[in-house]
Amino acid sequence: MKPFINEVTKMSIVSADIRQTPLLQALDETGKVVDTTLIPDISDSEIRQLMHKMVFTRILDERALRLARQGRLGFYAPVAGQEASMIGSEAATRPDDFLLPGYRDVPQAVFHGWPLYQWVLFSRGHQKGGEIPEDARLIPPQIIIGAQYVQAAGIGLGMKLKGDNRVALTYTGDGGSSEGDFYEGINFAGAFQAPVVFVVQNNQFAISVPVSKQTAAGTLAQKAVAAGIPGVQVDGMDVFAVYSATKEAVDRARAGHGPTLIETVTFRYGPHTMSGDDPTRYRTKAIEAQWERRDPLIRLRNYLQNLGMWSDSDEEQTIEEAKQALADALKKADAVPAMTVAGLVDSMFETIPDTLLRQKQEYLPKEEQ
Amino acid sequence: MAQMTMIRAITNALDIALAADNKVLVFGEDVGRNGGVFRATEGLQAKYGETRVFDTPLAESGIIGLANGLALEGFRPVPEIQFLGFIFEAMDQILGQAARMRYRTNGRFHIPMVVRSPFGGGVKTPELHSDSLEGLFLQSPGVKVVIPSNPYDAKGLLLSAIADNDVVVFLEHMRLYRSVKQEVPEETYTVPLGKASVLRQGSDVTVIAYGYMVQTALRAAHQWQEQHGLSAEVIDLRTLYPMDIETIVSSIKKTHRAIIVQEAQKSAGGAAEIIAQINENAIYHLEAPVLRIAPPDTVYPFGVVEDDWLPSPELVVTGLQKVMSL
Repeated sequence: MKPFINEVTKMSIVSADIRQTPLLQALDETGKVVDTTLIPDISDSEIRQLMHKMVFTRILDERALRLARQGRLGFYAPVAGQEASMIGSEAATRPDDFLLPGYRDVPQAVFHGWPLYQWVLFSRGHQKGGEIPEDARLIPPQIIIGAQYVQAAGIGLGMKLKGDNRVALTYTGDGGSSEGDFYEGINFAGAFQAPVVFVVQNNQFAISVPVSKQTAAGTLAQKAVAAGIPGVQVDGMDVFAVYSATKEAVDRARAGHGPTLIETVTFRYGPHTMSGDDPTRYRTKAIEAQWERRDPLIRLRNYLQNLGMWSDSDEEQTIEEAKQALADALKKADAVPAMTVAGLVDSMFETIPDTLLRQKQEYLPKEEQ
Repeated sequence: MAQMTMIRAITNALDIALAADNKVLVFGEDVGRNGGVFRATEGLQAKYGETRVFDTPLAESGIIGLANGLALEGFRPVPEIQFLGFIFEAMDQILGQAARMRYRTNGRFHIPMVVRSPFGGGVKTPELHSDSLEGLFLQSPGVKVVIPSNPYDAKGLLLSAIADNDVVVFLEHMRLYRSVKQEVPEETYTVPLGKASVLRQGSDVTVIAYGYMVQTALRAAHQWQEQHGLSAEVIDLRTLYPMDIETIVSSIKKTHRAIIVQEAQKSAGGAAEIIAQINENAIYHLEAPVLRIAPPDTVYPFGVVEDDWLPSPELVVTGLQKVMSL
C-alpha cells in the first residue's frame, strides 16, 4: 500500500497551494470505490461499526435539536454532515489515547468514553458533566477556539517523555485554523516530535464567515508545511478516507515519527449552535443541497448494501438503540442532584482558602432549604 | 547556611524540586543551555538533562498550553514566562484554561503548575518588561498569586508553590534578584502560601507591602522613626491570593492606622483589595482612612522617568505623616 502521508507531501511544495496533492477519497458520492488503497484494513464487523456509529450520531443529533428547542438541553452545536469526519478519525485511536475535543466534537467524546448522560449535564451547564470517568482519556469539549491544540502538544510531549506509545488526538475547525494557538500547537508538536494527530474539520463556515474570508491558503492542510510536519487533505464526507488517513497518522505518531495535520473537508447541515444561529443569513439552499448529495451516511450505506453488509433492519435497530440510549441518558441526567454554588466553591482549589470559605457560608442557608 | 541572592535561592529551590520529584519539569524560553536570561535555571539542564529542563519555541501561549497538557499527563510543570509583560499572550491558557480545569472537570483533573515570571521596575528595561500585572490575576478565580520580597522567602514559597496542587503565579521582582543577600539554608524547607509576615514591629501605623515595595516600606519606616520618632509596623504580604487578612487585622487592632505601598498603578489591584478586606473586617478599629501609596494610572513608563514614577521611601514617609494627621 502506498503511503498517503509522506515526506513528499511536505517537500514538494513549490507554490503556497498544495491542492496539487489531490484530496483523498475512497468512496465517491454514490458509494463506489475510487481508491482501493484507502479502504481500511479492518474487519467487516469493524466496518459495520463505523456505519453503526454514524447512524447513531445522526439520530442523536436529530433528537438533540428537538430537545434543545424544548429546553431539555442547553448548549448544543449540531453535528449532522460531519459524522464521517468525526467518527472516522476517533475510530482510528485506542481507548488509552487522549482526546481533546472542540465544542462540536461530542460524538468522538462519547465514543471515547464520555457517558451520554454526562454530555446531557454538560449541555445543561451542570458541573458533573465534565467529571470524566477515571478510566476515560479525554477532557470535556473546549469552548475557546483552538486552545486545545497547544494542550495536545503538551499531552503528546508527556506521552513521549513517559515512553508509553500513546497518541493525542485533537480537533478544531476552519475558523480555529486562524488562531495563534493553532500555529503554536502544530509548531510545538513538530519541534518536540510529539505524538499528536491534529484534525481540522473544515466545515466551510466559522459561524457565518466562509473559508474564503478566513485565509488566503489554498488548503488548511498546507498550514502543516510551515510547521515542518506532514499535512493531508481528505474528503471529510468519506469515512474510509478519514479513517485511513487518521490511522496512518496515529501509527506514525505511535512509532515515534511525530505529529500530522489532517484537514477533513466537510459541512455542517445545521446551524452553528442551537442558540439562535440562522444559516440562511450566510449560505444558500443550493450550497446546502450540494453538500447533502455528498452525505457520509448515504455513501457508506450504499457501499455496505452492495456488499450485503448492512440491512434495513440493521438501520432500524441502530435507530432504536440511539433513541433508547438518549432516553436513558436523559433519565439518568434528570436524577443527578442539582448543582450548588457551595459545590462550585469546593471545586476551585484542592484546599479552599478561608476568604472563599466565608463566601461559601453565605450561600449555604439558601441552598440547604 | 549560605549567603544567597534571591536568584540563587530560586535556582536552589528548583534544584531541590527537580531532585525530589521526577514529575517536575522546568521549561521556557532560554531556560535550557542558557540557564534563563537571569540565570534562574543556571546549571539545571546539565544536571537533570534535556527531558527535565528544556527550551521551548518562542510562544507564550504555547508554553503554558504545553504545561497544561503535561499536567494532564501527570507532570508538575514549572514554566517560565521570560518577562511578565509577555504574559498577555498566555492569559487564556492560564486563566481561561489552567485555572478552570478543576472546576470544569469537577475535580477529575487539576493543573499543578507554577508559572514563574520576572517583573518589576527600577532596572531600566524596554517597554512591557517591568509592569506589575498581579492585579489581573487577583481578579480572576482559580489562581494563587505569590510575590516574595527576599531570598529566604523566595526559596520557601517556591517550594510550597511547586508542592501545591493548583495553579500558582509566582512573580519575581527583578530589582530583588541580586540586590539583597540573606542566610538561606541549603536544605529543603517551605514557607506556607497565604501567610503574611511581620517584618518590623511598630505601634503607630501598619504599612502593608509586597515585592520590592517591602524594601521601600522598611526604609521609609526607618526614616520615619529617625525623623519623627514614630514607629511603623511593616507587613510583607508574600501571597496576594489567598490573602492573609488575619495578620493585617491584628496589626490594625494595635496601630489603628494603615497605608499600603504598591508598585502597581493605584486603581483596582492588590491595594484596593486589601482596603476592601480591611473595610469588611476591621473598620471599627481604624482612626483614619487607609491610604494607598502607588503610582498613577498610567502604563509603566519608559526608563527616564521611572525613578520619579515609582513610590520612594520619601513618598511613603509623606504618606505616614498624612495618615497620622487624619
